[in-house]
Amino acid sequence: MVEDRRLGDAIAYIILSIGVVIVAFPVWLTFVASTWDAATIINGKLPLYPGPYLLENYNRVLFIGTSGTTREPVLGMMLNSFIMAMAIALGKIFISVLSAYAIVYYRFPFRMAAFWIIFITLMLPVEVRIFPTFKIVSDLRMLDTYQGLALPLIASATGTLLFRQFFMTIPDELLEASRIDAAGPFRFFKDTVIPLSITTIAALFVIQFIYGWNQYLWPLLVTTKDSMQTIVIAIKKMIVTSDALTEWQLAMATAMLAMLPPVFVVIAMQRLFVKGLVETEK
Amino acid sequence: MAQVTLTNVKKIYAGGVEAVKGVSFDIPDGGFCVLVGPSGCGKSTLLRMVAGLETISAGEVSIGNRVVNQIGPAERDIAMVFQNYALYPHMSVYDNMAYGLRNLGTPKDEIDKRVKEAARILAIEALLDRRPKQLSGGQRQRVAMGRAIVRKPQVFLFDEPLSNLDAKLRVQMRVEIKKLQRSLGVTAIYVTHDQVEAMTLSDKLVVMNGGQVEQIGLPAEVYKKPASKFVATFIGSPPMNILPGTIDGPGIVALGDAILEARDVRQDLPAQSPVEVGLRPEDVEIASEGAAGSLPFDVEFIEELGATQLFHGQLAGLPFVMQAATDEISAHPGRIWITVDPDRVHVFDVKTGARLGRG
Repeated sequence: MVEDRRLGDAIAYIILSIGVVIVAFPVWLTFVASTWDAATIINGKLPLYPGPYLLENYNRVLFIGTSGTTREPVLGMMLNSFIMAMAIALGKIFISVLSAYAIVYYRFPFRMAAFWIIFITLMLPVEVRIFPTFKIVSDLRMLDTYQGLALPLIASATGTLLFRQFFMTIPDELLEASRIDAAGPFRFFKDTVIPLSITTIAALFVIQFIYGWNQYLWPLLVTTKDSMQTIVIAIKKMIVTSDALTEWQLAMATAMLAMLPPVFVVIAMQRLFVKGLVETEK
Repeated sequence: MAQVTLTNVKKIYAGGVEAVKGVSFDIPDGGFCVLVGPSGCGKSTLLRMVAGLETISAGEVSIGNRVVNQIGPAERDIAMVFQNYALYPHMSVYDNMAYGLRNLGTPKDEIDKRVKEAARILAIEALLDRRPKQLSGGQRQRVAMGRAIVRKPQVFLFDEPLSNLDAKLRVQMRVEIKKLQRSLGVTAIYVTHDQVEAMTLSDKLVVMNGGQVEQIGLPAEVYKKPASKFVATFIGSPPMNILPGTIDGPGIVALGDAILEARDVRQDLPAQSPVEVGLRPEDVEIASEGAAGSLPFDVEFIEELGATQLFHGQLAGLPFVMQAATDEISAHPGRIWITVDPDRVHVFDVKTGARLGRG
């Protein structure tokens, strides 16, 4: 039995290791490519170990910019992407917590109609309503602004649905106890609903931050100035060049940099998940 | 502190369902009133109307001579203990108790004093920093009580507070609730479906059924003179035996061939009119064979309860249960003879189920 189990464990480890290699190898290759010079990469003889140009490449990408394609340094683009992703994530959480609270805890006319209208917007992502949305943003003179980047992507039903489902699991007795404890609707929201929702909020934040960070089509449409470019657009611009050699080492360095913030967000929020889980488990 | 008065209180839901059909009673200051009844009888709805968690469709609820129909739960000067305790899971025990006072703007040192005092009374001082999840059922129950005590309310409301506890703890907490209510002198309304809790806790017992009050009285009164067949079978364990009978003359009822004397029965009932006769299992006594007024009881099987035994069998061809002390007779099936104290024979109307007593 013991030997069987060891064998089983070994097989599991082997399969998992293969999986890790498959997932991690492209990332490693990207990293390696970002540490060599253009000549080495273009020769097609890229080694599998890091080269000597790490600091030079990253310094150039972050603070100077590519020679032709993106013009601006990547640091500014990362800032743009970060502001957009944060605005989308926080804006979505703010709107969906409030709307879900209204739908679950208030009795007002057309409550269910309001819920279904929000629900139906799930079928209308930005890509579907892109022309009218662009028209509105342009009429509001929000092209090339952070508002223009973030606002249209904030409106979405996923968060509202998530919080609605969660709020419906909060026992009614807590609301009743709060009412007896002289807590009005806002106090109940602030003192009971939000603290109980922290883990859900963290989960939604992770998902929406990454969603916002990875946006490509919408930023491409509403930004025309180089200074408002996001990092995802920059990578695309660096790779597709018509009349010059692709500076692969710089594109790969940008790709590595583009990966970092989502990774940090996941790691940071993971700690909150665990904290929340541990507290409820006790 | 305060007396609570309900005047013709009704609850009619949007669909037209009448959950409470006009209930009136009052609870004196410091009284302990228990609302008891089967599930769906409207007892919890009634309590929630007193708490202000449900609107009052008709009638009037007043607490301490103040009509509270239009007053919110927080301003009614009440405190409620819920069935599942409804403790705030993200707050410490201390914060759970202090929360209501903070919302009312009570000064910090006063809150601290009251919480510590309540914790001392309930012996949960060591738990003040814990979260509800870290507490046992009994401890949570105490915290829920503590949350009620610190508010120094005029009325305590209990909504089946012991039903989530195991049997042993339930008995213990029952005694503690009663002691606590006595020592604090606060009026209490307590909802339960457990008739033992109802009997032991109350000094005013309200038996409800189908949204209406069946009987109001002292627990002993309700037990000894149930106002209806429903109350008779609901209060008492094992439940009262109900047998179809006929009036055989003034103060005499017939159960099939057997004749039984009944003192507390209306004298004007015409002979041969059908009635229902109620006999409590514990009121039945064993007699010697053929003794005057004795009835034959065919015992089929016996349940051993330790201090007593339950004899199941047939009386005049109908299912019947009696309870006897263990050493009274040898426990084996067969025919025995029984008598019942004529004062303890209950007679009910066949149609309405109302008690046909001497007024």
